[in-house]
Amino acid sequence: MQFEFEVTGGDFANAGTASSQVKKILKQLNVSVSDIKRIVVALYEAEVNIVAHAYSGVVTVEIETTQVRIILKDSGPGIPDIDLAMQQGYSTASPEVREMGFGAGMGLPNIKRNMDVLNISSEVGIGTTVEMIAFLNVA
Amino acid sequence: MASDQKTSTGFHHALKVKQEVCIGCTHCMTVCPTEAIRVKDGMAVITDERCVDCGMCLRSCPVKAIHVDHDDFNHIFDYKYRIALVPAVLIGQFPEDISVEQIYSVLADIGFTHVYEAEHGVDLLHQTMLEYVKKPIVAKPVISSFCPAIVRLIQVRFPALTENVMLLKPPLDVASLYIKKRLVDEGALDHEIGIFYITPCAAKIAAIKSPVGEDVSAITGVINLDFIFNKIYRTIKATPRGSSFPLPDVSPLTGIAVKWSLTHGEADHIPGRSLAIDEIHNVMDFLEKIENEEISDIDFLELRACDESCAGGVLTTANRFLTVERLNHRASETIRRQTESGLSANNQNEMAPYFGHLLPLIRVDEVQPRGIMQLDKDMAEAMRKMNKRNKVYNALPKVDCGACGAPSCQALAEDIAQEKASFDQCFFIRNRMLTAGKIQLSDSKQILDSIWGNNKLKKLGEGNDPTKENQ
Ligand SMILES: Nc1ncnc2c1ncn2[C@@H]1O[C@H](COP(=O)(O)OP(=O)(O)OP(=O)(O)O)[C@@H](O)[C@H]1O
Ligand code: SF4
Ligand SMILES: [Mg+2]
Repeated sequence: MQFEFEVTGGDFANAGTASSQVKKILKQLNVSVSDIKRIVVALYEAEVNIVAHAYSGVVTVEIETTQVRIILKDSGPGIPDIDLAMQQGYSTASPEVREMGFGAGMGLPNIKRNMDVLNISSEVGIGTTVEMIAFLNVA
Repeated sequence: MASDQKTSTGFHHALKVKQEVCIGCTHCMTVCPTEAIRVKDGMAVITDERCVDCGMCLRSCPVKAIHVDHDDFNHIFDYKYRIALVPAVLIGQFPEDISVEQIYSVLADIGFTHVYEAEHGVDLLHQTMLEYVKKPIVAKPVISSFCPAIVRLIQVRFPALTENVMLLKPPLDVASLYIKKRLVDEGALDHEIGIFYITPCAAKIAAIKSPVGEDVSAITGVINLDFIFNKIYRTIKATPRGSSFPLPDVSPLTGIAVKWSLTHGEADHIPGRSLAIDEIHNVMDFLEKIENEEISDIDFLELRACDESCAGGVLTTANRFLTVERLNHRASETIRRQTESGLSANNQNEMAPYFGHLLPLIRVDEVQPRGIMQLDKDMAEAMRKMNKRNKVYNALPKVDCGACGAPSCQALAEDIAQEKASFDQCFFIRNRMLTAGKIQLSDSKQILDSIWGNNKLKKLGEGNDPTKENQ
């Protein structure tokens, strides 16, 4: 099954809406506590990245019994050097964003740690697409 | 992974609906934070697996149809040693001109042989907590186990956070273990000891009757605070001043212990980032954020189901803010006296010699998740139900009127997906089916009766038909 959520750049007040909706859905589908946790943490980071660094985006969540695949497609400045962005501690967050408690450069590494697959493609000046997959721990 | 699929039945609940009193008004159904209530046959029905015994339903009931099922008071006389274990908020129920001594002596007069405050367990617990929160292996934030409604809320709504619940008994259990041990040391036999907790809420009863993370509680029975309050107050009013009964000997509480059950009572004495949050909706909002890791780096959470914590317990009678005021006075008075006497709190604690004995007993086993959110244990089946629920929900009017006997359109949709309810329970849908000739008027009445009972309108007074003129 598939769900879609919209994310607005700069809207910190509503950052986390998609992840909290997805959490609710996964709980209702009886996905294990540990899988829910890592998916929600990763999605939250990716969602906040759109809010903090891009203009707007769409989150698509595809749920199957074996995996959860999430695609976050945004229009924004894009990431010029993805390898660099992946490095822990690397951040281009503005002072305003830092003031809100973000911008430690921990988001992408945290996503990588929590998900089984992470693919980022980006075009400078156009936008970024983040694809991430968690294989569910089936008992 | 398997553990969160375990929904244990047989949990004790202290909140009960009096069928003969309930008018099926839906007030309780709409306020229940876990959507545990439905109206069937004209009466509120509480779903056991969902209820966390917070008591919101009781507060909202306009006809007092929801009550807290406690033990018969006369049960205390089955025991030679009859201990009243009272919460500090009991004292706060009375105006300041009635002294602590007076209240205690009346408890002795009505039949108890010993009176003991549950918060005597605080000093040992506090010391243990200070060690506990320092351990690097415990999941942060440590969530206090003090309020049983919160522990249950976490089990059913936030199963991922069960590992954060502090694995130590609340002060009340610590105190009861101590009393039992001391009386046995003094020669009492186990079966001669009856420890009765005077409870400010339903949640404590549920916790005592089916404890989470431990096998049995050391407490014999539970009596409602409002019941005892009335008994004490009547006796005090009927007793001429100065003729008070002999005072049972008890050591005074420390200042920390006096305020432990109030908001900030715990959090202010745990180092690091310690937060205190009261009222169940506030707690749910916060736990949601903690669960998403939107809020992190918190060391300790004191969470209480009631506004103003136990001062606002459902069985309290006094205004909660006045209770807080009285306990604050009592705490500062205690601290002043202890400072004057130059004794440290622990020197005065009669429990101190027993700390070694009690320490290993105050730990509890892990708190098990018992999630209620899942639509089915099997994920494929759950997905099927979710699709059905979403489809049904889209067709419902989204007015959350409650006329179907469920708290919201969302809840009805879920009940339908779970095959616990039918589409035609919705008034709007039923009307449409009727117009389309899909059901008959008699079918419609039958459905209505199955939700609201067949004498709903009769109950409200016969011959009072507002549709007839000239009345
Ligand atoms: N959706 C995006 N659009 C444009 N740039 C992005 C996007 N996501 C990440 N980046 C870039 O990658 C950098 C690193 O991202 P990462 O999430 O690891 O850290 P951060 O967002 O800066 O800080 P933190 O996540 O710790 O709050 C960001 O500073 C930004 O330059
Ligand atoms: S806050 Fe106190 S009175 Fe209220 S439910 Fe929790 S333990 Fe009971
Ligand atoms: Mg980030």
